[in-house]
Amino acid sequence: MANITLKDIAHSYTGESDNPEDFALKKLNLTWRDGGAYALLGPSGCGKTTLLNIISGLLHPTRGEVRFDDRDITNQPTEERNIAQIFQFPVIYDTMTVFQNLAFPLKNRGRSGKEIEPRVIELAGILGLEKDLYTKAQHLTADSKQKISLGRGLIRKSVNAILFDEPLTVIDPQLKWELRSQLKFLHKKFGFTMIYVTHDQTEALTFADEVIVMYEGSIVQVGTPEALFEKPEHTFVGYFIGSPGMNVCPCELQKDRILVEGHELVLNSTYETVDPSAKIEVGIRPEHLTLAPPDTNGLPVKIIRVDDIGRHKIVRVAIKEREFNIVASDLSEMTGGMCSLIFDIDHTHMYVNDHLISGERK
Amino acid sequence: MQLELRNVSTKVGEEFHITDVSLAFEAGTLNILLGATLSGKTSLMRLMAGLDQPTSGKIYVRGDDVTGVAVQKRNVAMVYQQFINYPNLTVYENIASPLRIAKASKDIIAEKVAKVSNLLKLDNLLQRKPQELSGGQQQRTALARALIKGAELVLLDEPLANLDYKLREELREELPRIFAETGAVFVYATTEPSEALLLGGNTVSLHEGRVTQFGPTIDVFSKPANLITARTLSDPPLNTLPVTKFNNRMLYKSHVEIPLLGSLPDLPDDDYTIAFRPHHLCLRRKFDSAISVKAKVVVAEITGSESFIHIDVVGMRWVVLARGIHNLDINETIEVFLDPSKFYVFDRNEQLVVTPETIADV
Repeated sequence: MANITLKDIAHSYTGESDNPEDFALKKLNLTWRDGGAYALLGPSGCGKTTLLNIISGLLHPTRGEVRFDDRDITNQPTEERNIAQIFQFPVIYDTMTVFQNLAFPLKNRGRSGKEIEPRVIELAGILGLEKDLYTKAQHLTADSKQKISLGRGLIRKSVNAILFDEPLTVIDPQLKWELRSQLKFLHKKFGFTMIYVTHDQTEALTFADEVIVMYEGSIVQVGTPEALFEKPEHTFVGYFIGSPGMNVCPCELQKDRILVEGHELVLNSTYETVDPSAKIEVGIRPEHLTLAPPDTNGLPVKIIRVDDIGRHKIVRVAIKEREFNIVASDLSEMTGGMCSLIFDIDHTHMYVNDHLISGERK
Repeated sequence: MQLELRNVSTKVGEEFHITDVSLAFEAGTLNILLGATLSGKTSLMRLMAGLDQPTSGKIYVRGDDVTGVAVQKRNVAMVYQQFINYPNLTVYENIASPLRIAKASKDIIAEKVAKVSNLLKLDNLLQRKPQELSGGQQQRTALARALIKGAELVLLDEPLANLDYKLREELREELPRIFAETGAVFVYATTEPSEALLLGGNTVSLHEGRVTQFGPTIDVFSKPANLITARTLSDPPLNTLPVTKFNNRMLYKSHVEIPLLGSLPDLPDDDYTIAFRPHHLCLRRKFDSAISVKAKVVVAEITGSESFIHIDVVGMRWVVLARGIHNLDINETIEVFLDPSKFYVFDRNEQLVVTPETIADV
């Protein structure tokens, strides 16, 4: 058990270089506190697996240090780091029973049967594997096998951290719900440091207390699920989190007003003058937009499409070439093709060159 | 083109893999095969393509019996979960390859590649090789190749499963438009209810090799004919409550009493299953008619805008999908509220007997 610190870590797969382009992972600093639940979230190729492999020791970073508490372990091999890792595909012994599989990491370290048995039974109970304890793993379904993998990662009480690399990829959606909630429960119960890598926002947000969003080798935001949703610090975070993602629309900014396609909106804050050559955009989530009958005080927009996805509707509207998504539950007041788009100004954000700027609250 | 399966079954040894499937798909429609792993999606597609032959039953194309006709003689294109492209050919040549095999003229090839690559937004990538593309672009290339053939039947077997969450979201939005432009019969397999709802079209709900319902996707979602279809279309999972009606009361043991609203009094005394979706289970009372139930929190998952609260109600597991952030502690006792106007009631054979509308109509 330890706090994990990444100090000035950077990695290039082609070795040390003067060219920043060569770095799959750009310089970063992070501290993970003991017992926390973290997620690394980003698209393919953003560097999240590279980062995970640096922590586990599978990869030696080109630059920087990895520390467990005050110890520099950058040069320590994987087997000495006392880390458990769970991968996309179950890694288990097919010809062993569930019990033998779960007991293996303890047995391997010379623990006694007396110590092993209650631990295996407790864990199997939490994972819902108790009735299959004496079944060979090869006879089980994909989700049960992945549960064994999870169990093997969790069986030792002394691990420094448990790393998950897209562990639910091969699991059907409805079983994902069960496994996800079990994982969260296990975290609360045992208090291991857990680091979870995924491209799936739902998995990252529901699992982690703190999510690290990565994009093109850099960290673009570290925050709670709520912060990432309510206040994306970068337009990429706005786009990547939420379904559909945040609406980001070019506009002109003058103090506490913006102009979108010639129409004025009044903001809740006053902003300083921004360099006119910069890219200025307004960002608002589909959940924070509402539609009102035409000629209400909002942007005049045309409804292009309505998708009923069961739980709610996703409405696509346009003002000239600019399109917005809106999450709506009731459209009964919208009779024609035209309506007014109302911004919730407390959830309207301004971005300059993709970065969130803050103004002075009125 | 119309594709029809009439009483199609396949048997391997003594075991039915597909049982008595009858379906008709019209030209220009998108038909989703929705079901868990091993529910028969891929088996059905192989039958439709002519890769496998049914043990009994017939397959018709435009009214002609094609049962037993080999895949080479049918006008079929397939796209798989894995991105399959020719690695040594450019995107242009990959897309053009079916036309080259058909010995089309250079002008026709150029014209058709231009059209299809425009539709799939590959215009600027035509001179690249597949390994220089992202996963999403590789799958677009495979799709383009399937479309350029002008096949009457296009089969897509979980085509987005290997893509990032966000890329899936984008392609899901584009696919219905692409499908609508070609006029072929599209068949699309997925395990994800949310994907089916986003794509729209028609949905075939599959379970253990049988069709449990077929109709417009939103209708299958909102009017499930049986319990298994309701479950198949629900993500998060459906909440269910077994009840007994006797002496003008409807009870789950002594724990929950259901008021006999709407058409519920007309039901004969018997055992029933009440089902309702997680977004209709509430943390606060919204209507006087809401039914209060005590529950214990198993775990709360937070996405930033919504919370999924997994609860235990006298041994039953339910999920509450609530707007906003609800940080509830494990084992905390809470009160949840059921809205009878959102109930589906299924009889002891799991067939729908009461819809939410007939309860709400009072």
